[in-house]
Amino acid sequence: MEARKAKVFRCDIASEECKGCERCVAACPKGVLSMGTKLNQMGVTFATYQGSGCIGCGGCFYSCPEPGAITIVEIVEEN
Amino acid sequence: MSEIVKFSRPAGFFPKFERRPGPNKTNMHYCPGCGHGILHKLIAEAIADMGIKDRAVIVCPVGCSVFAYYYFDCHSVECAHGRAPAVATAFSRTDPENVVIGYQGDGDLASIGFNHILQAANRGENMVVFFVNNAIYGMTGGQMAPTTLVGQKTVTSPNGRTILDSGYPIKVAEMIAQFEAPVYVERCALSSVKNIMTARRAVRKAIQNTIDKKGFSFVEFLSGCPINLKMKAKEMNEFLDTKMSQYYPLGLKKDVSAEREAIVRAEPIYDADKVKELLFPVETERAVDDDFQYKSEVFDQERSVKICGFGGQGVLSLGHVIATVGKLRNFNVSWLPSYGPEMRGGTANCSIVFSRGPIGSPQADFNCSMMVCLNQPSVDKFLGQLAEGGVLIYDTSTITLPELSADKTVYGINAGEIAEQLGDLRVANSVILGLIARMMQDCFMNEDEKADVDCAMIESLKENYGKKPAVLELNIKAYNIGKTADIVCKGARVSK
Repeated sequence: MEARKAKVFRCDIASEECKGCERCVAACPKGVLSMGTKLNQMGVTFATYQGSGCIGCGGCFYSCPEPGAITIVEIVEEN
Repeated sequence: MSEIVKFSRPAGFFPKFERRPGPNKTNMHYCPGCGHGILHKLIAEAIADMGIKDRAVIVCPVGCSVFAYYYFDCHSVECAHGRAPAVATAFSRTDPENVVIGYQGDGDLASIGFNHILQAANRGENMVVFFVNNAIYGMTGGQMAPTTLVGQKTVTSPNGRTILDSGYPIKVAEMIAQFEAPVYVERCALSSVKNIMTARRAVRKAIQNTIDKKGFSFVEFLSGCPINLKMKAKEMNEFLDTKMSQYYPLGLKKDVSAEREAIVRAEPIYDADKVKELLFPVETERAVDDDFQYKSEVFDQERSVKICGFGGQGVLSLGHVIATVGKLRNFNVSWLPSYGPEMRGGTANCSIVFSRGPIGSPQADFNCSMMVCLNQPSVDKFLGQLAEGGVLIYDTSTITLPELSADKTVYGINAGEIAEQLGDLRVANSVILGLIARMMQDCFMNEDEKADVDCAMIESLKENYGKKPAVLELNIKAYNIGKTADIVCKGARVSK
């Protein structure tokens, strides 16, 4: 029997949707989100994903007050 | 490699917020970190997942969420401040298939519209109300709300809310829960992920209750207003989870949805003819066509009539009968009653205005073409309002007239005594009606139109009293006596 592979997720943050409230950063159990240093067109520093470590729990998605700022996708490796 | 989208923009939102003014059509108008956005997301997701886009009606409040209709891809309506439960009631009753979702803030629900929410809850209307409690007036800039915590500093309580000045913060969920009718009441917090997920379940449970027609569901959400409370996200969550939740305990307050039957109301009626039939069961036969008009020149200008006496004399109903005559003969007509707080015994009067064209004011003041006085005080009070050349009709049994100027015309009849002989004092007004018909025929109507006056008066009596045949018969009898009994008549028009 093959050992079950851990699922891989990615957290996409639409930088122009983010208002920089930092709720997602507070919500993330793995601490893989942080506030960036760049400004978006609205003039706020937006949240960023460090690139790995997302477990796909959806906590940031439900904590985010903006409808489309956060999207979480599962990356499936095909055989 | 392929990707499966796990969490993304809920389909219950419009793909683009076209209703939102300005260039930004994808963001919401809320401040950074606002709880409204989170709750909007939970509702939008539930609407899409439960397949009720075509049935859901979002009833928007006044407050920060006043523009909720920018976002939800379902029916929506904006209400006057605090009145969302009343509007929601209408949506719920007029189409039972509607899934009515009320959305209110604490200023809207717990202050200006508090009675509306309590009455709607007590009636057990089939709707869900989502109550966003952020302990402050957000939109107007952070004033104290009914839900502001004791000691909390706001713009209008700079030293903190005190019990002595402002009383205790209102626990709305607990209040709603103690009513019999509501089926489901819960308080959640839009703070930590755990609490938000509990709120998500509550949103779905409450909407499901409404779909199942169980009745009134209410969910209160403790929500952050980071801008007005000047807090960062983490601080805000701590405030909600400690201070707010301490006074407003989270959790289920009531759930009897499993044991309640679905609400079944009478089928709403949309057919205009059927509604008319129900509201106006007596259809009066008219002797004239829709375009009939009296040619008498007395009606060339707008005419106002005032009828006054004490309550119980039939002042208002006599006025109504006369107004109905106008209606039956294709005049534009208004009838405006005025009486004291008591139903019987006080003074009462009504104004009736007849016009071939539009009516300016329904109030007959200082220019009455005809005045009907049924007691002495009304003569004393209103006689000055009779226009030059006007006609005064009065009951000789109770009234002593003062000297009148020569341009006036006076008709009097002993209505009280006649009515007493008929065995019912209440028909004195129909005796007066007979006298009015007589006066019109004597003084104003063209020869060929005189007969129709009687016809119109009887039609009007039928329309007003037709539901009670015995009453109608007695009134027609009184009318006919008023037409023939001895009268007093004198003045300008009589001598002509």
